[in-house]
Amino acid sequence: MIPSQRSASHSLRQISVAQSALVPLTRVNTGKKLTTRSIQSYTSSAGRTQTRSQTLVKYPIAFHARSLATPSLGSVSSSTTRKPHFDKILIANRGEIACRVIRTAKKLGIKTVAVYSEVDSNALHVTEADEAYCIGPAPSSESYLHMDKIIDVCHRSGAQAVHPGYGFLSENAKFAARLAEEGIVFIGPPSSAIISMGSKSESKNIMLAAGVPCVPGYHGSDQDPTLLFQEAEKIGFPVLIKAIHGGGGKGMRTVHTPAEFQEALESAKREARKSFGNDDVLVEKYIVRPRHVEVQVFADTMDDVVSLWERDCSVQRRNQKIIEEAPAPGLTPELRADLSAKAVAAAKAVNYVGAGTVEFIFDNDTQKFYFMEMNTRLQVEHPVTEMVTGLDLVEWQLEVAAGNPLPLPQSSIPLVGHAFEARIYAENPRNNFLPDSGPLLYLSTPTPTQIFAPALPLKPSTSPLDVHSLFVPLRETSASVAPSLRLEQGFTQGSQIGVFYDPMIAKLVAYGRDRTEALRMLRRGLEEYKVVGVSTNVEFLRRLAGNEAFIAGEVETGFIPKHFDELFPPVSDPSPELLAQTALFVALREHPNWLTSPPTPWTSLSSRRFGGDVYERIITLQKDEASAEPITVHIKSTSPGYFDVEVQTPQSNVTYKSVPARLVSPTTISSTLEAVSLETTIVSQPPLPAVPASTSTNSMERLHIFSGGQKTTLAIPSPKWLLSLGGDVLSASKGALKAPMPSLVVEVRVSVGDRVEKGQAVVILESMKTETVLRADTAGVVKTVGCKKGEMVEEGRELVNIEEDS
Amino acid sequence: MRTVLQRAARSALTSRHGRAYHASVLPSLISPASPEFREKSDAMDALVADFDAKMAQARLGGGPKAAERMRSKGKKLPRERLSLLLDPHTPFLELSSLAAHDVYPGEFIPSAGIITGIGRISGRECMVVVNDATVKGGSYYPLTVKKHLRAQEIAREHGLPCVYVVESGGAALPHQANVFPDKEHFGRIFYNMAQMSALGIPQIAMVHGISVAGGAYVPAMADENIIVREQGRIFLAGPPLVKAATGEIVDEETLGGGQMHSSESGVTDHLARDDEHAIAIARGMVGDLGAAGGKAGKPSATPEDPLYPASELHGIVGTDLRQSFDMRDVIARVVDGSRFREFKKEYGTTMITGFAHVHGYKVGIVANNGILFSPSALKATHFIQLCSQRQIPLLFLVNVTGYMVGSKAERGGIAKDGAKMVRAVACADVPKLTVIVGGSFGAGNYGMSGRAYSPRFLWMWPNAKVSVMGSGQLSQVMTTVSKDPGQHSSLKDAIEAQSTALYSTARLWDDGIIKPTDTRDVVGLGLALAARERPGSRGQCNAGSTTWDGSNRGFGVFRM
Repeated sequence: MIPSQRSASHSLRQISVAQSALVPLTRVNTGKKLTTRSIQSYTSSAGRTQTRSQTLVKYPIAFHARSLATPSLGSVSSSTTRKPHFDKILIANRGEIACRVIRTAKKLGIKTVAVYSEVDSNALHVTEADEAYCIGPAPSSESYLHMDKIIDVCHRSGAQAVHPGYGFLSENAKFAARLAEEGIVFIGPPSSAIISMGSKSESKNIMLAAGVPCVPGYHGSDQDPTLLFQEAEKIGFPVLIKAIHGGGGKGMRTVHTPAEFQEALESAKREARKSFGNDDVLVEKYIVRPRHVEVQVFADTMDDVVSLWERDCSVQRRNQKIIEEAPAPGLTPELRADLSAKAVAAAKAVNYVGAGTVEFIFDNDTQKFYFMEMNTRLQVEHPVTEMVTGLDLVEWQLEVAAGNPLPLPQSSIPLVGHAFEARIYAENPRNNFLPDSGPLLYLSTPTPTQIFAPALPLKPSTSPLDVHSLFVPLRETSASVAPSLRLEQGFTQGSQIGVFYDPMIAKLVAYGRDRTEALRMLRRGLEEYKVVGVSTNVEFLRRLAGNEAFIAGEVETGFIPKHFDELFPPVSDPSPELLAQTALFVALREHPNWLTSPPTPWTSLSSRRFGGDVYERIITLQKDEASAEPITVHIKSTSPGYFDVEVQTPQSNVTYKSVPARLVSPTTISSTLEAVSLETTIVSQPPLPAVPASTSTNSMERLHIFSGGQKTTLAIPSPKWLLSLGGDVLSASKGALKAPMPSLVVEVRVSVGDRVEKGQAVVILESMKTETVLRADTAGVVKTVGCKKGEMVEEGRELVNIEEDS
Repeated sequence: MRTVLQRAARSALTSRHGRAYHASVLPSLISPASPEFREKSDAMDALVADFDAKMAQARLGGGPKAAERMRSKGKKLPRERLSLLLDPHTPFLELSSLAAHDVYPGEFIPSAGIITGIGRISGRECMVVVNDATVKGGSYYPLTVKKHLRAQEIAREHGLPCVYVVESGGAALPHQANVFPDKEHFGRIFYNMAQMSALGIPQIAMVHGISVAGGAYVPAMADENIIVREQGRIFLAGPPLVKAATGEIVDEETLGGGQMHSSESGVTDHLARDDEHAIAIARGMVGDLGAAGGKAGKPSATPEDPLYPASELHGIVGTDLRQSFDMRDVIARVVDGSRFREFKKEYGTTMITGFAHVHGYKVGIVANNGILFSPSALKATHFIQLCSQRQIPLLFLVNVTGYMVGSKAERGGIAKDGAKMVRAVACADVPKLTVIVGGSFGAGNYGMSGRAYSPRFLWMWPNAKVSVMGSGQLSQVMTTVSKDPGQHSSLKDAIEAQSTALYSTARLWDDGIIKPTDTRDVVGLGLALAARERPGSRGQCNAGSTTWDGSNRGFGVFRM
C-alpha cells in the first residue's frame, strides 16, 4: 500500500503537522457542518495517489493539511514555529469573491462573517457565511464602502481580520490604516504599499529606481520642438504625442517616422490649445500591438517575495478584462523569468505583503515589456493562476496575514497546463457591451469538476538553486493532469444583477493540459451556461473562444476591434429547425398532463381524432422585436409522439415529416429533425401579468432557446382581441406614466398640482447606465406623484399621473 | 414502429411481474399470412379508405367558396372555432360526421350542417354543438335537428355541460313540416336546454353570426352566453320581416347586434371582440363551472395496450358478412392486455360473455359468435343481470343474424328465451355501449342493444349492416312471397342498400361509423363518459334514466 518511501514519509509528516494544528481547528469545527463538502472536494481533487486519499479518509481533520502536505513545505517552515490562523474573519465584499473567500475559510475551519446591504439579504454570500450583518441600504457608499459600519461589525462579531476581496475597499489605504488602528488585521498589503502604488507618477519613479522598465517617454516641461524631436528619436519611432491635459483622443497623434514628427506636433498642440487651453504635450513610446501581461506575486512579512507566474489579460472591452489566461501564450522561458524577476523586484521596492499583481504592457513586436501599475489586491482573475500552480491563493493570503512565511519557495512553484477564465457579465455585447440589469429568471450552469484548483503532485526540483534558474517553473508532475472546469459564482437563480453593483454574474474557469484543451473545455462550459432575464456576453465569449486568431494565441489589447467582423457576425434569422423545435415545445408543454394515476383516455389519448381526422395546430411566433412579421408553424399529430411540422416564414416554407418529439423536462425538448437527434433547452419568460397587451414583445410571452451555444429569443404574439383589450387599457390609462423598466429615479420635475404640457419632461430615470426622460403624453394637471428622487422603481410602477384637460 | 416497441417493452415488463401468462389472456389463433386473411384484409382496407375519403369530404363543410366568404368577414371557420375551443392536444369524439350523406336529393349537406361531439374544455368533458354556416347558412334540416337533439340526449345522459357555437338562420323553410311541428323537432332543442339547466347541466351559447327566429332561442335559453361584437346578431325577425310586419326600417346591427344586446336588452352576457375572444371567454366560463361541470370517473385499473395489433381486425372480420369469424379475436384487440375473463364459456357457445377492461375501465362484454339459440340467450340474460347487479357497464359487440328459427327452436321456447334477453337489455341498470362489427339483423338487433334500446352510444364499423333480416334469408323470403322476379329483385336491392352502415349513419340510426382500428379508443372514451359522476343524478340507479320528473330541480336558470 505504500508506493514509495518518499510518499510514506510525507504521509507521516502530514499527520504530525495536522495534529499540531488540530487544537484550534476542532474547536471551530464542532459548531459547523462545513467539513463534509470540503473533504469531499479535497478527496476528489487530491485523491490521485491512493495513499493520500486513504490518509484523508482515515484522518478527516487532515483537510487542513492539504497545503502543508505539498512536498516543499517542510523545507521552508517547521511546524513548531507556525502561527495559527484566525478563528474568525470578516469578508467586506459580496458576490462571487465573498463566496470564494468563505469557501477557503471553511476549508481551514475559519468562521466567516458576511456583511450585506439591504438588497442583498438573500444573497448567496449571506447564506454561505456563518454570520451575516446588514450594514445599510443598497448604494455602496452607504454599505460596502462604509468603513465605520464594517469596523463596527468586526467588533460586534469578534472577527480578527478583514478580507476585502476586490473592488470596494480592497485598495483603500485609509481603510487598511483604520483597521490597523482598531487592532484588526487587513488581509492585504500595508497601507504604505497601497499609497505608493496608488499614485501613477510615484510608482513609476519607484519602479525606475528598482530597475523595472517603464514605458519610455519624455514628460518634461521644456516644450521646445527640437528638444521634443530629440527625445522622440531617443525613444525610437513610432511615438505617441499626447496633450498633458488631453483626453478622449483629442490632442493625440501617432507618429511613425521622423519626417512626420514636426507636422504632427504642431497639429496636436493646435488641437490641445483649442480644446484644453494648454498645449503642453508629452512624448511616449507608441506600442502598435500591445498586450496586457501581469505577474502574480506573493510576499510575506519576512521580506520573501515569490512570483506565481504571469497571466495574459489582453482581450478587453471598455478597458475591462473579459477573458484571462495563464500562462501568457508565446513567451520564451527567458522572458517569463525576466517578467517574474522584475515583478518581484517591483514588490520588494515597496515592501509589499500579501497577494499583488504587477501589470505590464507588452510589446508584441519588440517582445519588450514595461511596467504599468501594481494592483494591491487579490484579482478577479486569480483562479487561472491557481489552476496552473495547483495552489489556493486565498489560503496563501490567510497564511501570510497570520504572519507565517510563504508556503512554497520560488523553486517549488509549479506551472503546469493552461487555464482560462471567462467573465460572464450582464451586458449587451452587440450594443457596445453596455451593462444590463435584471433578475436571473433562469440559470443553468455547466457542472464544475473542481471547487478549488487540483493539487499538482510535483517532482521536486533537482537543479541547484542559483539566481538564473530561480524563475524557472516546475513543469513536471508525478500524476497526469486532467482537464477540469471551475465555476466561481455568487448568485443563484432569482438574484438581481447589476442594478446597484458590478454586473458580473460568474467566472468560468477552464483548465487543460495545453491551451487548446483548456479552450475546448471553456467553449463546452460556455455552451452549457444558460441565463434568462438579462442579456449576457456568454455567446460572445463562446465565439471569442472559438475564434481562429484567438486559438492561435494572437492576443493583443486591440483584439476585439481588430476581429470585430468575425466576433460579431450578422444576426441570422432563426433557422427552420429552431422554429420547428420551439413550436413543438409550445405544443408539447400544453399536452394534458396525465401523470395523475390512473389516467383517463380523455387525458392519455392526446390529440386523438377518429375517422382519418388529424389534429392540427397553428403556433405563431415572432422575433423578439416589436411588430416583427409573424412566423406560423403548423403541427399535425400523426401518431402518439410523432408530428408533421410545417414552418412558414416570410422567406421560406419547410416541412418535416413524422418528427418524434417529447419533453425531457419542463425546459428541455428532445426531437429528431431530418435524422438529427436534438436536445434543446427552452425557457419561457411570461410577461408581467398587469402589462396590457400590445405589439411590444415585453407584453408577450417570450421563449429563450438555447441551441448550439446560441441563445435565440422568440415571442408568442398576442391574439388580436387581446391587443384590442390592451389598447383600451392603454388609452384609459393615458396620463399615467409608468416606469418602462426597473430603474433609478434621477429627478422628479413636477409635483402635485403642477400644470404640464404635452411632451414636457416629467421624470428622469436611469437604467443600464442610460438616462430615460419620461414625458407627459397629454396636457393636464399632475394628480399624483408616485416616486421620489434616488428611489429604485420596478417595471410598471406608476410614477406620475396627469389628469387630462377635459 | 415506436408503439410496437413500447408494446414489446411493456410486455417484457409485465412478464417480469409474472403477468404475461395469465389464464384469461386470449391467444391469437389467426394466420395473417394466409390468402383468406389477406383477401379479407384488402377488402376491409378498401372499404375503410372509401369511408375515410367520405369523412374527409364531409369535414370540408360547405366548400372553399363558403369558407372564403366566412374568412373575408374576419370569422373563423366552424372547425377552427371548435379546435380553439377545445383544450390543445386533447381527444375529440365526433358524432355522426356522415349524417345526411346522400339523403336530400340534389343537396349536399355535409354532416347535416352541424358538428357535434364530446371534447375537453378547460379540463372538463363537454358536449359541443357547432353550427356550420358554410352549409346552407347553418340552417336546420330535419336531420340537423335530429343530430342536435341526439347530442343533447347524450349530454343529458352523461351530465355533460353543453356549449353551443351558434351561427344559424334557423329552420330550413322548405323542410319546415319535417323540422318544426313534431315532438322531436325544433322546439325540442329548447325544451332540452331548459330540462338540462333544471338538472344542473350548464348550457352555454356563443353567438358568432346570425341567430334568428327559432335560432335566437339558443342563446336566449342558455344559462350564460357570449356574443361577438359587430358579427353576432340575435333577433326574432330580421329587418325584412320587421319591415313587413310593422313598417319599421332598421339595420341588423341596431336590431340585434352585440353592443345592443349586451348593454340594453340583456339578452347577452359577454361582449367579445372577435371569434377568438368569444372562445377564450367560453373557455373561462367552463373553467368556472364548479361542481355543475360534473366529475370525471377514474378508471379502476392502469390501462394496458392489447397484446395484438388492431390492424389485424381488418383481416379477421373482412367485409363479407357470410364469412364467420371468432369474436374473441376482436375482443383480444380491443381490451386491456387482451385479458378476458370469460363467463359460462362452455354453455351457449354462440354467445360470448365475460369481463375485461378497456383503457382501465371495467366492462362486461356481450358478443356474438353465431346464431342465437335458447342457451345463448339465457347465458346473455344471466350475464346482463350480473353486470347490472355489479354496476359494470356493458359493451355489445354485435354480429348477429338473429335468433334460431324452426320447429325445434320454437318448441324449445326461443321466443320466450329471446324475450328474456331483450327484457334484460331493456331494463339493465347500467350504461350500455354498442358496436356493430358485422350484421345486426332481426330480433338479434333488439337483444344486442340496438338503437331502440337506448345504448349510451351506438357505433358501426364501415362493413356493418342493419336490417330486418340478412340478405340470404331475404332472398329466400322474397322468392316465396312474391311471384314477380322483377319486383322482388328491386325490393331486394332497395333493402340491401338500406342496410349499409352508410345508409344508417346518414339517417342517424347510430352515432357514427368508426374504423375497426379506432374501436378500442372510442369505446374507452365512451366508458370514461359512462363513469362520470353526474350532477343531478340521485345515485347510480338513476344514471340510465332519461326522465327528469320528480327530480325537484325546479326551472333551471332564467335569463333576466
